[in-house]
Amino acid sequence: MNEFAIRTKQLGRNFGQITALEDLSIQIPVGSVFGFLGPNGAGKTTTIRLLLGLLEPTRGRARVLGHDIQKEAAQIRAQCGALLEHNGIYERLSAENNLEFYGRVWRIPTQERQARIKELLTNLDLWERRKEPVNKWSRGMKQKLAMARALFHRPKLLFLDEPTAGLDPAAAARLRDDLEKLVQFEGVTVFLNTHNLAEAERLCQQIGIIRKGELVGIGSPGELRAQTGKPQVIITGKNFSSQVISDLKARPGVAAVDQYNNRLTIHLEDAIETAPLISYLVISGVEVEEVTKSQSTLEEVFLTLVNEDEESMENLDVH
Amino acid sequence: MFTDTATIIWKESREFLTVRPSLRGGWAGLLIILAVFGVMFPLQSGLDWLNAPTTILIWAWLPFILVNSVIADSFAGERERHTLETLLASRLSDKSILIGKMCSAIIYGWGITLVGILVSLITINISNWSGEIHFFPPLIGLSVFILSFLVAWLAAGLGVLVSLRASSVRQAQQTLSVAFLVLFIPLLLLPLLPSELQVTFQNALIGVDLQMVISTATLTLLLIDLVLLLIASRRFQRADLIIAGN
Repeated sequence: MNEFAIRTKQLGRNFGQITALEDLSIQIPVGSVFGFLGPNGAGKTTTIRLLLGLLEPTRGRARVLGHDIQKEAAQIRAQCGALLEHNGIYERLSAENNLEFYGRVWRIPTQERQARIKELLTNLDLWERRKEPVNKWSRGMKQKLAMARALFHRPKLLFLDEPTAGLDPAAAARLRDDLEKLVQFEGVTVFLNTHNLAEAERLCQQIGIIRKGELVGIGSPGELRAQTGKPQVIITGKNFSSQVISDLKARPGVAAVDQYNNRLTIHLEDAIETAPLISYLVISGVEVEEVTKSQSTLEEVFLTLVNEDEESMENLDVH
Repeated sequence: MFTDTATIIWKESREFLTVRPSLRGGWAGLLIILAVFGVMFPLQSGLDWLNAPTTILIWAWLPFILVNSVIADSFAGERERHTLETLLASRLSDKSILIGKMCSAIIYGWGITLVGILVSLITINISNWSGEIHFFPPLIGLSVFILSFLVAWLAAGLGVLVSLRASSVRQAQQTLSVAFLVLFIPLLLLPLLPSELQVTFQNALIGVDLQMVISTATLTLLLIDLVLLLIASRRFQRADLIIAGN
């Protein structure tokens, strides 16, 4: 059995002069959730299309569930489920007919198909409305139905492109719970394209950050924070004078200081000793109520990685 | 592949018969077609409706129109409604999707034509009842049956080729309308020819061997249909379809 559900080596794709994906090399273990983060147009959807064998790569190679994406695309598609950029729902058909169609596509026997339709639609609170044409439904309901379709045949690998987009918070949370259960109990591997950093942080064992077709960071959320994010100290208290703040900024190891009402955030350049900083604040007359040491959030890591390249390009222009 | 093709036909039939907007209001249109071809024309022509060779042309023309009305939607519609990529990401093979789409349109167009033929036979027999059942002469009956099928296939082949590349259903329909005019303008222009030319043409037709003409037409259509199917199979490239949709 393969240890990795997806392995790519220097995978790339051009559209004419435009490079949509550049030298993507990743390994995604079986039974894990891989989050692919990046701004719009970064190459996330192109990656899913390449891995499903819907597009031919310009260079590099990849294996999905042990199959070559160029030579064995049909075998890959036979074992995968996908919720792509558009939900792909036949809006003029009913929910039941949408699932019936894809149940037939996956050649699920009639009785099992009927039972699975009932199970999925009941779980998603859509059973009562199964006979209605889907075009009368809200975007969130359609998204739930699309998710049911993607899971219908119990795929080994699931490609999800912004699955919680358009869902209300409760439905999004349930979907995340379901995804976690799928991975935990059924060993499904999930390739998740998302803009939702909290979602990625909660679900993903591994995260790749892509910008302009290039992978700019990869690792577990903790690793990414450690590699890219800087430690920070958050102090809640009173009497933060401007003199104290400028003195703090001048101290070695302090990268920046932000104040917002009764909260002072000291961004550190490295994991330096923080006790002298607190002592200085107390001596300077600050009434310290609470001190929290933390790493950067995934959002900060993401913004750092995504903006880094842009800044270096701007610097190049200057020089 | 047969099961997968049947699955596509199942889905398409649901869309054709229950929810396709052009047909929802179009049920009346279908009834009018059946009334004209199944009742009005047979009543006007009497037994000639069964025996005249022109009946072959009429029943061969009808499926072209009917298939043309639905085939534009086959791929362009899926692309327009953003369902194509999900379909292409499924386990279905290229051939089963392509043939499924073509078969659905053929079944629709040819099926309605056959119903029309049946209605016309009933009309003729009721209006000319003489104690025995009237039917097409064998050559004409067989020709109507085979040629209407081959013409439906021709329309499906042309339509799929256009729909594969069209960015919208409207664009596909416009292109197919042009193709329809190019194919049928010669027939429409026939009555406008000078009368001497028309007489010469009619005399030439009277002199031809009908069996020979039908055999040639059948073989020619079959050849064109097979070539169209081959071209459509070659043009069905998942990557091209996805890129064209962006």
